[in-house]
Amino acid sequence: MPRFAMLAAALLAVMTGGPASAGDAADRAAILSGYAEQAAADDPGFSGFTAARGEDLFRTRWAGGDARTPACTACHTEDPRAQGRNAKTGRPIEPAAVSVEPDRFTDIDEVEKQFRRDCDSVLGRACTAREKGDYITFMQEQ
Amino acid sequence: MRAVLLALPLAVALGSGPLLADDDEWMPPVTHTLTREECGDCHMAFQPGFLPARSWNRMMGTLSDHFGDDASIGIEKANAIRAYLTANAGDVDRRGAARGYMRWITPDGVPQRITENPAFVREHDFRPSVWQRHDVVTKSNCLSCHKGADRGYYEDD
Ligand code: HEC
Ligand code: HEC
Ligand code: HEC
Repeated sequence: MPRFAMLAAALLAVMTGGPASAGDAADRAAILSGYAEQAAADDPGFSGFTAARGEDLFRTRWAGGDARTPACTACHTEDPRAQGRNAKTGRPIEPAAVSVEPDRFTDIDEVEKQFRRDCDSVLGRACTAREKGDYITFMQEQ
Repeated sequence: MRAVLLALPLAVALGSGPLLADDDEWMPPVTHTLTREECGDCHMAFQPGFLPARSWNRMMGTLSDHFGDDASIGIEKANAIRAYLTANAGDVDRRGAARGYMRWITPDGVPQRITENPAFVREHDFRPSVWQRHDVVTKSNCLSCHKGADRGYYEDD
């Protein structure tokens, strides 16, 4: 292999193989099992997450927080596969569904930051570990 | 060699200034990655030139109640962002549209909204139906009308 090609290949490897910020299904599974441990600690009767409860969380008009955002759907829209829009600032939001955005729920810092902000905005309180796991389970099936 | 040496500063000067835009149509863009990221989560990261340093100072000290949102972040990140915003504020770096916006700031004023500056109000005297467009939502959604807003370009488009 000519030296130049070797160098180019090495560079390419560095550029594409760097720390992946876009996560994968294994990262999402790890986040879910972390929430499952917490949920079991909160409630000994906990027996797993369900997409149905996640959908309820998503669609219910809680109206417990900011008047501009009575439900998750105020920003993420009724259809998890559709592009959303921030109801306070007008900024577009990529779809929440994992089928459309495969790197959804794969960075724990990002996931925790948004649950903190969004649950406060909609429910006027923090979401529980069970609610978080249910929500991700629902979005995973979307 | 000589020509290269001379051309270099020229390229730098051009690269950091407005490109084919008149002064009021351009604002020095946000060049600090942390600010772009942390202040660009919910809306576009606004350019520091739209507010004076004391406004950014107050805003960075009140992030837990930020226009009704809790936008608080870790103290180290907040300090780094505060340093960037105040060092590039409109009363420090008066390039581009900053000059026009700073003209309206009273000596003891600490405005928090860009969209209440008389310079903004005068440039945006539209019919209510324009503000009610579903993709606009609020006056602070600069990007809905100015496609180059996050790069500092506000030409009429
Ligand atoms: C004020 C608008 C708004 C509302 C209301 C809202 N969200 Fe979000 N949500 C966002 C934004 C903005 C993001 C970050 C942008 C992105 O991830 O594309 C986001 C992202 C998220 C993420 C992170 C996704 C990831 O891939 O890491 C979670 C989790 C989330 N939202 C949950 C919720 C839940 C649960 C509700 C309802 C209780 C809700 N959101 C309501 C605006 C909102
Ligand atoms: C959690 C979401 C969120 C984050 C993070 C956030 N903001 Fe905001 N910001 C808002 C909301 C909501 C508004 C009000 C929008 C409106 O009413 O038009 C706003 C408004 C503003 C305005 C006034 C816009 C106007 O009307 O002129 C400025 C300036 C501003 N933010 C700066 C910042 C800075 C600097 C940061 C980073 C330290 C930041 N924001 C981070 C949500 C956020
Ligand atoms: C509803 C659409 C809309 C929104 C939202 C909007 N603008 Fe504008 N803006 C315009 C239009 C149209 C003009 C040109 C007005 C004219 O030429 O009379 C303009 C003009 C300007 C100018 C002057 C440019 C010149 O030609 O001198 C600046 C600076 C500017 N806007 C900044 C902003 C900023 C900053 C925001 C967000 C905080 C914003 N705009 C939000 C539509 C909008």
